[in-house]
Amino acid sequence: MNLSTKTATLLGLAALVALAPLFFPSGFYYRVGALIFVNGLAVTGIVILTGWAGQISLGHAGFAGIGAYACALAPVHWGIHPGLAIFLGAAVSALLAFLVGRPILRLKGYYLAVASLGMGILISMVLNNERDLTRGPDGIDVPELGLRAVLKTAGLDLTNGQFWYFFCGLILLLGAWIALNLHDSPTGRALRALHGSEVAARTVGIDVPRLKLQAFVISAVYASVSGSLLALQNKFITPDVAGFMHSVEMVTMAVLGGVGSVAGAIFGAAVLTLLPQVLTVFAEYEQLVLGLVMVLVMIFLREGVVPSILRKIRGTGE
Amino acid sequence: MTTTPLLALEGLGITFGGLKAVNDVSFTVKPGEIVSVIGPNGAGKTTLFNMISGIYTPGAGKVRLAGEDVTALSPHLLARRGMCRTFQNLQVFQTMTVLENVISGYHLQESGSVLADLLNLPASRRRAKQAEEGARALLKRVGLDRAAEREAGSLSYGSLKRLEIARAMALSPKVLLLDEPAAGCNAVETEEIDHLIAEIAASGVAILLVEHDMKMVMRISNHIVVLDHGEKIAEGDPATVSQNPAVIAAYLGAENAAG
Ligand SMILES: Nc1ncnc2c1ncn2[C@@H]1O[C@H](COP(=O)(O)OP(=O)(O)O)[C@@H](O)[C@H]1O
Ligand SMILES: [Mg+2]
Repeated sequence: MNLSTKTATLLGLAALVALAPLFFPSGFYYRVGALIFVNGLAVTGIVILTGWAGQISLGHAGFAGIGAYACALAPVHWGIHPGLAIFLGAAVSALLAFLVGRPILRLKGYYLAVASLGMGILISMVLNNERDLTRGPDGIDVPELGLRAVLKTAGLDLTNGQFWYFFCGLILLLGAWIALNLHDSPTGRALRALHGSEVAARTVGIDVPRLKLQAFVISAVYASVSGSLLALQNKFITPDVAGFMHSVEMVTMAVLGGVGSVAGAIFGAAVLTLLPQVLTVFAEYEQLVLGLVMVLVMIFLREGVVPSILRKIRGTGE
Repeated sequence: MTTTPLLALEGLGITFGGLKAVNDVSFTVKPGEIVSVIGPNGAGKTTLFNMISGIYTPGAGKVRLAGEDVTALSPHLLARRGMCRTFQNLQVFQTMTVLENVISGYHLQESGSVLADLLNLPASRRRAKQAEEGARALLKRVGLDRAAEREAGSLSYGSLKRLEIARAMALSPKVLLLDEPAAGCNAVETEEIDHLIAEIAASGVAILLVEHDMKMVMRISNHIVVLDHGEKIAEGDPATVSQNPAVIAAYLGAENAAG
């Protein structure tokens, strides 16, 4: 059953990435697709943290900010290749998640939500105020990744939109594969155990704070890479990437699709990424819509859209 | 007998806002021995278990595991040293399968590096396979092998009790604390659990049992400790304890009167 969920998710996702372009009315949709994949990656991290480890972060956009600004700053200031800057950002995010999570996750309850909220605000403030380094709220240019040019010399000539679509699609596939590996692994089982009964998890020898910390660090890396990809494909980034609204967006996408399921999270990311593109009014009322989605899902589809539908189809749980 | 006890309690006590839930309780359990703790509801039996297994920090006294002071260690560290338990109010992982519940008891043996898990490396898969084989053998032992793939939440109460025992067994316990393993079970299930406990004890595990079924307690215990209002009011072998006037007054009498 687990194997089939994993295989089905990966195959479905691969088919989607490969086949969706056949139906694109214009090149613009490659860009929308790439955005969906980038958001899907961040939300996959939320699934690990919230869906499996049962912890809530309200500052995950902070890690996206670190990933994004690593790609903007490291190449310019330290001559690091933008591709390597993705890893640098991920490492910094992981370290920060470790430092913030270690003391907080020893406490019972939802202190991580509060601590991460503060952390996110702090990161956002630094990005806005350290103008000498980040150029502040106006944003900053991000260097070219350069992979497209390499592919071109190798004979694969993609438009910018196509390149980012397929590149982000591949990274999302990789991210989904890793998350699904985790789900079926001993660590993943331990995560689900602590979600089921923390007391029982401890009495079977699971080091609960440590496990939650691992989940937080892993999910921070997902958010960071997602931020890096966003910055690199836009070739420009503003501190909004680290803003509170972006954190809320990630959580809402996960909750909408189904916070316990990778496929659901990607679906949620797709819906809430597409919506503003289709309905321009959405942009104006984004906060309102996100809030509404949250409330409606909580009332009508506690598990999120995708698991609820699967349950209907199979007549049972996942 | 001169065997060193696997579990030794020395003057264990805890207070909740002025209430002495457990006060100055001492006794020992040797390898292969079944010691039962009896007493009316609210006597402090579960609280005693919670202190021994690290869920509550004792206000006074010591817990020794194979001679070593393990007082107030975290539950997961105690579990790793072989202090394992089941719960009065079941604590199974409802949404996991029966098999996965028991595999989770192998967490220590099966968990290696997170990185190996993330990348699904052979080391990770090998550990998972070993854990699964062990878990299936344990399920067979408690008679749940046919339910292995079912969602744990769908099992009957009696089956869940046995599932918890199997999960605790997966940790290779030195000391096994069983909190009302036969509560809510029918006569047949009770007898099965009865046999199971005797079998586990025979393999050298020290068993501390809380159980309301007096017939079962009298049948399988080597030694009985009687608690009332958090205090140890009597102890001895089943025959001695059942004759003790204080015990009859505090507990057995009330039980008999209630039918
Ligand atoms: N966490 C707690 N906080 C306050 N009082 C508690 C707590 N746990 C147990 N008690 C109290 O301690 C006493 C013993 O309870 P318990 O150990 O559950 O009894 P038993 O298992 O023998 O029925 C009861 O009066 C109970 O209300
Ligand atoms: Mg009790």
